[in-house]
Amino acid sequence: MQYAPQLFAGAMRMTRNKADAEDLVQETYLKGFRSFHTFNEGTNLRAWLFRILTNTYINKYRAKQRRFDESDLADVEDLYLYRRMGTFEDPSIGRSAEESLMKILPDSEVKQALDDLPENFRMPVILADVEGFAYKEIAEMLDIPIGTVMSRLHRGRKAMQKALYDYAIENGITRPPADDLADATNES
Amino acid sequence: MSDQTQPTFNPQVEAGELCDEPDCMATIRELDVFLDGELSADAQAQIRHHLDDCPDCNHAFDFHAELKSVIQKKCLEEEMPADLLSRIEQCFDTDFDGDGKIG
Repeated sequence: MQYAPQLFAGAMRMTRNKADAEDLVQETYLKGFRSFHTFNEGTNLRAWLFRILTNTYINKYRAKQRRFDESDLADVEDLYLYRRMGTFEDPSIGRSAEESLMKILPDSEVKQALDDLPENFRMPVILADVEGFAYKEIAEMLDIPIGTVMSRLHRGRKAMQKALYDYAIENGITRPPADDLADATNES
Repeated sequence: MSDQTQPTFNPQVEAGELCDEPDCMATIRELDVFLDGELSADAQAQIRHHLDDCPDCNHAFDFHAELKSVIQKKCLEEEMPADLLSRIEQCFDTDFDGDGKIG
């Protein structure tokens, strides 16, 4: 059961609660155990288990779809966070962008930003950005076309960037653009 | 409202520079797919070529690669309950549905 910790982390992201995540992992192993004869030796066992996990979650635990107001994303342009917080390097102490992002964004806020995504966006983002599956694998797991995976991923990522930026503003990590953003970027 | 009147909480956090050359815009459009490793080898090489020549695009790509990696690291951070494995193992010794088979 080498994949159990990974499955548990995935189940936590999907169900957003520990008791359901434990049940989901347990059920995944039971289903996997019973249908192991359908697993093709030599193919990806982790992907196979995640497919069972995803199916089980969708059939049993998936929360009711909240209605998502697409107009919430209307003002969120591409590269939303980068345009606002794209420069993290602090040459004086040789800090890399990743170290800074790692430091200024707490685990809990990043998880919250993901948890708060509308369900349609949340699952593709979990499977692509957290679990690292390919578009084709995600399309199969969620039973949607690859183009739909891509557009939901794109919108889900934008929504997450907006949530992380809102957090940064509220907590004084960065300051709001002085005027509108277009002016701010054109000036420089 | 002028920039100077605003308190600066963290001066090293600034907006990223963006370029608007047609090449840059075409490159930025492929950012997601490139970072997801889903571009064809040819398209990928083309993007790499542009990134080598264009520090602004390169910086934007780096930022998103880091963001992606930070999100992944933080969201994978979950401690599995210690007894979950033993509970699963127990399940395998049990005939749940009474069909005469374990599991």
